[in-house]
Amino acid sequence: MKKQDGNNVGSVTHHASRFTHRASRITGSDIAVKIENMRRTFGAFVAVDNISLEIKKGEIFGFLGPNGAGKSTTIRMLCGLLMPSGGSGTVGGLDIAKNPEGIKRIVGYMSQRFSLYDDLTVEENINFFSGVYNVPKEKKLERKEWVLDMAGIADRRGSLTRDLAGGFKQRLALGCAILHEPPILFLDEPTSGVDPVSRRNFWHLIDDMSQAGRTVFVTTHYMDEADYCDRLALIYRGRIIAEGTPSELRHEYMKRDVLELEVDRVVEAMDVLSKSGIDAAIFGSTLHITVESESTGRQQITAALEASGIKVKGCEKIVPSLEDVFVTLIEVS
Amino acid sequence: MRLIRIKAVTKKEIIQIRRDPLSLAMAFLLPALLIFIYGYAVTFDVDKITTVIYDMDKSSVSRELIDQVSQSGYFAIVAYLDQHEEIDAYLDKGNAQVAIAIPVDFSKRVRTGRDARIEVIIDGSNSNTATIAQGYINAIAETFPQRILGSGSRITPLIDSRNRVWYNTELKSRNFIIPGLIAVIMAVIIALLTSMTVAREWDRGTMEQLISTPVKPVELVIGKLIPYFIIGFVDTVLSILISVNLFGVPLRGSFTLLLALSSIFLFGGLSLGILISIVARNQTVASQMAMLSSLLPAFLLSGFLFSISNMPGPLQIITYLIPARYFVTILKGIFLKGISIQFLLWEAVLLTIYGIAVFLLAVKKLRKRID
Repeated sequence: MKKQDGNNVGSVTHHASRFTHRASRITGSDIAVKIENMRRTFGAFVAVDNISLEIKKGEIFGFLGPNGAGKSTTIRMLCGLLMPSGGSGTVGGLDIAKNPEGIKRIVGYMSQRFSLYDDLTVEENINFFSGVYNVPKEKKLERKEWVLDMAGIADRRGSLTRDLAGGFKQRLALGCAILHEPPILFLDEPTSGVDPVSRRNFWHLIDDMSQAGRTVFVTTHYMDEADYCDRLALIYRGRIIAEGTPSELRHEYMKRDVLELEVDRVVEAMDVLSKSGIDAAIFGSTLHITVESESTGRQQITAALEASGIKVKGCEKIVPSLEDVFVTLIEVS
Repeated sequence: MRLIRIKAVTKKEIIQIRRDPLSLAMAFLLPALLIFIYGYAVTFDVDKITTVIYDMDKSSVSRELIDQVSQSGYFAIVAYLDQHEEIDAYLDKGNAQVAIAIPVDFSKRVRTGRDARIEVIIDGSNSNTATIAQGYINAIAETFPQRILGSGSRITPLIDSRNRVWYNTELKSRNFIIPGLIAVIMAVIIALLTSMTVAREWDRGTMEQLISTPVKPVELVIGKLIPYFIIGFVDTVLSILISVNLFGVPLRGSFTLLLALSSIFLFGGLSLGILISIVARNQTVASQMAMLSSLLPAFLLSGFLFSISNMPGPLQIITYLIPARYFVTILKGIFLKGISIQFLLWEAVLLTIYGIAVFLLAVKKLRKRID
């Protein structure tokens, strides 16, 4: 079943289509992560500025934002690696400020930078993390085989980790972070720097984790990955500027219309439009333009372009992509 | 504290050391190499002092004196000169350290029992060698008339002191330098070895993953200490074997006691390295800090070469804080004096306290946080 977008949202829905909508089986009272007015400053710099969130058990919660928006800082505070400068929060019912070590027992964390030992083999890395996570002896072998199988590297168990391709490394890192079967997972940009096919496979793994009842908190700066998530928060300059399901974000935050314009000379057309005060963004071979209303917008655009001799081949109202939403929200804030 | 986690950390460290040829070489070859080099290089024994002779007398008596000088074994005669001016050139260029000029009337004066003089010029730029050379020549000069004139000489010493040297009978400087050298080298090696372990994890980014796990600081520190303790222990055994077998330093006391006390020293030194690594968070800074904090005090303030009792008061007090000081005492005591534990109890206790204190500080400083 498709996510309830109601409209064609482009190629993204294509991968999202195999995901089932899980919102129905999440009951309101099971909260996995809850933070209130959390803040973190580094000197004068405010990295995270009073954010509040509630994440339900079993949810895939996407934390979206450009680089430097405060995603990693937030995730590190939630994992007990960084002390909040203010505010409060719980992870799995444990207080972030008071019991960070307790949190470390019940979460799995995958940091943004690949951080397994690249001078250890695949199997040695798994053995090490299964040791520090205190995986019971009788389960060790089973868990190891599970990770090798999940990451698809059973035949490379003896290879040095540094020799693995990016996608395999990523999956091994995920595997090592969940050897102890934590109920809550924090993944910091797990798909950055990985090829598109591996990225898609990785999201399938994340979906499997969620199916198994785990809560997944995942950050990304790839907007097209947002549709894999049950719920999203958009973070920009340390503040949450929007929150909701992907479809809520598209419809509720986007009061204005988005037009997709098909023209011959895209760059030239964008220049012409910006001279007449209309902001456009390039999407492939088309331009996306946010307008107050569809009909007046279309007239303005066509008039401006035809005055400069650029022929408008097509002008359609589309369902905004999350990138459109994000760009608009940033302009507003 | 869980054994399973300590074991996992230790195992991982061992694999990493094994795969890193550079750290392997540093761990096992460097100490042996240093003992070897320093054992040969650092010696205060003076022999084969380069010497030039300007003999104006050219008599059988003067030749006898020259023979005495050359046969003493301390002097190597490099040239016989014909002019006094040539002496300057030899000493200036450093081709000779000592010049002996024998005046024309030397033999006459010796035979008639008058004051016979020889001129001895010594290069004082190396004061240690100069002092010793002076001593040797004086000794030869004092007994020379007796030898020439026979037993009927009127020169007899007033006090006949019969000296006996204990512990290092032949007064070989090597015997007292090498045991102390083991302390200096081990102090540096073990601090350097462990100074990398935590800093490397920060540098490579693996620390972030590690501190997100439930592993406890004490487990991490113990887990990382174990493999380096084994290396340090092997190094100590190697150093002792080289000292005894290659340099012939006598090991008069108990080998087991020496190893037991060395282990206490190792524990403290390795903990210091880890502490530095934890505080520095950066391999370059950590290795420099480890080098400075181990080498300088161990070399200068341990009593290894420079006697602590000759130091100014405040400096003497500081030496009590240097663990190498106690280890030097232990090494010299067991090697040369063959003393047993009851004479080394104080050192053993202080080293233990030092080790535990540094270890606890390292555990406390290892905070599982990024900030």
